[in-house]
Amino acid sequence: MTPAVEFRAVSRHFGTTRAVDAVDLIVPEGSFFAMLGPSGSGKTTCLRLISGFEKPSGGNILIFGENAGNVPPHLRNVNTVFQDYALFPHLNVRDNVAYGLMVKGMARAQRHARAEEMLALVHLDTYGDRKPAQLSGGQRQRVALARALVNEPRVLLLDEPLGALDLKLREAMQDELKALQKRLGITFIFVTHDQHEALSMADSLAVFNAGKIAQIGTPEDIYARPRSRFVADFVGSSNILPPHLTQSLGGPAAWSSLRPESVVLTPADPSLTGIVTGLRYLGAATRVTLQCQGTDVSVLVPTGQPLPEPGASAGLRIAATDLHIMAVE
Amino acid sequence: MTALLPATSLADRLTALFWRRPNLLLVLLITPPLLWLGVVYLGSLAALLLQSFYSIDEFSGLVVPEFTLKTYAELLRPSNFDILLRTLAMSAAVTIGCAILAFPIAYLAARYARGRWKAVFYLGIMLPLWSSYLVKVYAWKLILAKEGILTWTAESLGAGFVIEAVLQLPWIGGNSLSTAFLGTWLVFVYVWLPFMILPVQASLERVPQSMIEASADLGATAAQTFRNITLPLALPGLIAGSIFTFSLTMGDYIIPQIIGTSASFIGMAVYKLQGTAGNIPLAAAFAVVPIAIMLVYLALAKRAGAFDAL
Repeated sequence: MTPAVEFRAVSRHFGTTRAVDAVDLIVPEGSFFAMLGPSGSGKTTCLRLISGFEKPSGGNILIFGENAGNVPPHLRNVNTVFQDYALFPHLNVRDNVAYGLMVKGMARAQRHARAEEMLALVHLDTYGDRKPAQLSGGQRQRVALARALVNEPRVLLLDEPLGALDLKLREAMQDELKALQKRLGITFIFVTHDQHEALSMADSLAVFNAGKIAQIGTPEDIYARPRSRFVADFVGSSNILPPHLTQSLGGPAAWSSLRPESVVLTPADPSLTGIVTGLRYLGAATRVTLQCQGTDVSVLVPTGQPLPEPGASAGLRIAATDLHIMAVE
Repeated sequence: MTALLPATSLADRLTALFWRRPNLLLVLLITPPLLWLGVVYLGSLAALLLQSFYSIDEFSGLVVPEFTLKTYAELLRPSNFDILLRTLAMSAAVTIGCAILAFPIAYLAARYARGRWKAVFYLGIMLPLWSSYLVKVYAWKLILAKEGILTWTAESLGAGFVIEAVLQLPWIGGNSLSTAFLGTWLVFVYVWLPFMILPVQASLERVPQSMIEASADLGATAAQTFRNITLPLALPGLIAGSIFTFSLTMGDYIIPQIIGTSASFIGMAVYKLQGTAGNIPLAAAFAVVPIAIMLVYLALAKRAGAFDAL
């Protein structure tokens, strides 16, 4: 099957800055693909390369097998949900959604009917006559989504789509986006710096660092088997153990990652001891941070189990099989 | 150490007073400008309006303070009506010329100029406003004169026939550029251009790049994006700029006197009527015309949705 989007050694340089540096990437058709990374890592530039707002300095971008290098944005069957939504303030919601059809020359009645269908899809049926300024953040987000989907794109790009929403709305929209993608079967590519969002929504994701892809894989791959310290650190919540600790726990002399939930606090026969430096109550569990031979190690203790006092010494039991040895430092 | 401190200075007491009565500060701030605007400006405007409903006694030359529409009827006399039409046509032409010239400059400044270049842009736009208006107009008279630098340059380049051909055109042509309506138009466009550029630039500045991109993303060509997005969003700025260029041209009495055919414009008519002719009511009636036109213009612009993007 032809991938929806393929990057072949794509670079984008701004002066001496290599925003995107020889990136190879394959986004399978019909997938929900996330580009995750800190700001300035090149993920948004990659998205803009797909939409055509940036031209590659080198390499080829293929959209459904066709070289998109010289195709301007308006001729790409790819639509974008912008970070700031970019709704047209002088048009009402219906005309915003119908805009893509209007510029294609569709008759007024017909395009308004289509726009209403799209608005129904995002549960904004009765909002057609309002101006964008009269909507809440979450509603604007939905209008932006409907507007991008009205052209029936083969790839939908979402640039930090939920960044401006509050937590509760964000979680609701995550579920809704996921359901919408399943229903429409369109390839969704979304950019985010929020690892939880990427892990919970994507079928597969690429972690960006300094213009390069640090790792591509399923959320489970990325979370449980990070390839490098950067990925482990950025995706977060994993412990990163230096070579001497890995070795003392029965592994090779290499950096390894260790999930906090796989560590057990125990006074008897510990594989490692440390001093408790912090406790953070998370609801279902408490995250206990210990200092072990100069390295911070976090342990998740389910609520209800005894907790150590800060400053006390505690033993940790770690199975060597739970250590994930990282291929790249 | 107490938690609450006593008011020791006058500044303390004043600050406390304004804190207790927040509206007091507002009233103090707004009263002088309101008095200025209300009494001095609106008051004289009302006096003007009142005068325009008086008439002049043809024999004694004295103002008859009785309500009449006679003076307004006089505006419709062919010689006076010509002045109105001429001024209106010139104002419209100047506004259109300014808009066409200003838009690309404003677009460039709003979209592409950054940092130092932005400063250069503002300086370039404002610099002509720093020198005297009269000096600039007389400079233009020399530039446009038959023996002036423009004709000389054109002739040196073998393009003198272009100016000749343009001057042959009916109505806007003439003996030389400095004595043709075309020259009047050129100078008007020159002196009022900054008043168009700045508001258009300000309105374009508020159009985020992502909005232009969203339009292209949805399949619009560059021309469609301009027509459907950029222009409507810049419209409040264009309207604001056109209010300046339109009303400044309508009220000006110096440029048409120095450059052009010396045919009368509203400003010149007012100048002569209230001075040598002593016909204050007719001068007032003339002066009311631009105000009425601007009100109609704004109402039409509002109806056309020019301020929807505000």
